[in-house]
Amino acid sequence: MKTEKSIHGFIAEFPDHEEILEAAKRAYAEGYRCMDAFTPIPVEGLAEALGQKRSLVPLIVLIAGICGGIGGYFMQWWAMVVAYPLNVGGRTMNSWPAFVPITFELTILSAAIAAILAMLALNCLPRLHHPVFNAPDFERASTDKFFLCIESNDPKFDLTATKRFLESLKPESVKEVAP
Amino acid sequence: MKPDERTPLGYPAPLIAGKQSYESVTDTIGSIVLTRKHPRSWWFGFAIAFALLMLFLIAITWLLYKGVGIWGINIPVAWAFAIVNFVWWIGIGHAGTFISAILLLLHQKWRTSINRFTEAMTLFAVACAGTFPLLHLGRPWVFFWLFPYPDTMGLWPQFRSPLVWDVFAVSTYFTVSLIFWYAGLLPDLASLRDRAVTRGKKVTYGILALGWRGSARHWQNHQSAYLLLAGLATPLVLSVHSVVSLDFSAAIVPGWHSTIFPPYFVAGAIYSGFAMVLNLVIPLRKIYGLENLITLRHIDNAANIMLATGMMVAYGYLMEAFMSWYSGDIFDQFMMANRAFGPYWWTFWALMLFNVLIPQLLWSKRIRTNLVALFFVALSVNIGMWLERFVIVVTSLNRDFTPSAWQMYSPTFWDWVTFLGSIGLFFTLLFLFIRFLPMISMAEVRELVSEEKQRKTTV
Repeated sequence: MKTEKSIHGFIAEFPDHEEILEAAKRAYAEGYRCMDAFTPIPVEGLAEALGQKRSLVPLIVLIAGICGGIGGYFMQWWAMVVAYPLNVGGRTMNSWPAFVPITFELTILSAAIAAILAMLALNCLPRLHHPVFNAPDFERASTDKFFLCIESNDPKFDLTATKRFLESLKPESVKEVAP
Repeated sequence: MKPDERTPLGYPAPLIAGKQSYESVTDTIGSIVLTRKHPRSWWFGFAIAFALLMLFLIAITWLLYKGVGIWGINIPVAWAFAIVNFVWWIGIGHAGTFISAILLLLHQKWRTSINRFTEAMTLFAVACAGTFPLLHLGRPWVFFWLFPYPDTMGLWPQFRSPLVWDVFAVSTYFTVSLIFWYAGLLPDLASLRDRAVTRGKKVTYGILALGWRGSARHWQNHQSAYLLLAGLATPLVLSVHSVVSLDFSAAIVPGWHSTIFPPYFVAGAIYSGFAMVLNLVIPLRKIYGLENLITLRHIDNAANIMLATGMMVAYGYLMEAFMSWYSGDIFDQFMMANRAFGPYWWTFWALMLFNVLIPQLLWSKRIRTNLVALFFVALSVNIGMWLERFVIVVTSLNRDFTPSAWQMYSPTFWDWVTFLGSIGLFFTLLFLFIRFLPMISMAEVRELVSEEKQRKTTV
């Protein structure tokens, strides 16, 4: 006997981005929350339509950039003023204009490293396997097909009702995804 | 001409030619890596590049054994080919970041078909550039002394020195370019994983793709990170060559000590970078049949940017000459006379010919769209930009203040071999890249297809 837990969910296949955006909006309006869409191109507004929050990447990058800048300046100040002061013609030790280029470079470096790490971490990558890869035809999600998957752990998920709902969105097909 | 074929700049040529779908563009680009047999020209080119790379290794081995004395450098010309090549290579890299970051922020959609390729060009050019200052150190095995770390000698790098700024600028530039390139590659690696036919390729691309599924959440974070990286790379690319130029202009040597250096170096970098892009793209699109994706419009745009930055560089030359006269400084005036009429006079006039005169041909649209002519103009710019660095480095150093310290410089056999070898390193990496990774961003071209479709339905 099939139960709701024995499958990962149902997946519907759409031909283009307008269709999947419309489908995502209707599924959200229907009350589904545990779902995801898989597309070969970024679709504007799709994440919002699925009820996802704004990306945290910009905030993390900002914080990392600020830390990198302050840390970069501090490193130079500490080395040139405290650890290894070198008096050249009585010029000031804390010669800040000369510290600007490295402060700038380290700001950019920290922010860029944070950008890629934050992107990967928030996407829970690397994760080489995921149940959705079991979906038939899923390899086309990276070429030309747009998929909407409603997962079985959604409180509203029902083996017959959810399938019927997805069929009502007029997809090219609706298929079961093995867990 | 139908209205939907008109682009904002009024060009008749579309960004992608012919009838294209998501599937067809993915297939055109992906099949080069996955299924298509590699043309004879690939093997031929790779063989030459690889042979040169071996020569590079021999040159480096000999250098490590004997020391920098195998080069023609002396005092006062302590910086010669190594620094000329360093500045030349790093300049070439700049076009890649310019195309991928600045043009992305400016919504120049035409960048899409060439950005991946030029980013790779940037990485490989910076890798070549990086080897030269390292080899020039004399004792390259203690290169890590350049980095600030609490060493047992109790020393710290002199952070007020432009040479130390350079270490940070170039290593940051390489790291950020690599991150930017990999972030853009991620969705394409997933496409390759899903389209691969053999087990080995599936596993390799699968691991590299890190499990990318193209989920809405993935794309949301990816788009955000990618845009931020572009925003970060934009000031970075302007800063890198500025810092490189400060290596010169912070010194008091006549011909180096000049405030025009940073902007003039950045313009020169983008100039030579676009020249290299054209030199690479013109044969490549022909060999791999990518004329529908890299259209004449791309070529024309790149030529236009080359013309614009070339004029800025020419203005730099003019200002250098003018300021040396206007300053009233006898050393500066002597430097200029020595450049144009001294023992290295022919390098100066060859530079004017290759970098200022020949590129004026680009004013003509006929030349800009004639691939053979354009290829040779771009080649002339590449040679010209190399000569420019030679003129700046060698003619300034060989005769500075005291005539008793004057000394001529001439490159030795090993100078030439090291330079040629670095070209081998660059092309070996480039040929391997073409063989194993998609040279055009499939995901971004699919986006372009989607936009074209929308434009056609709304018009």
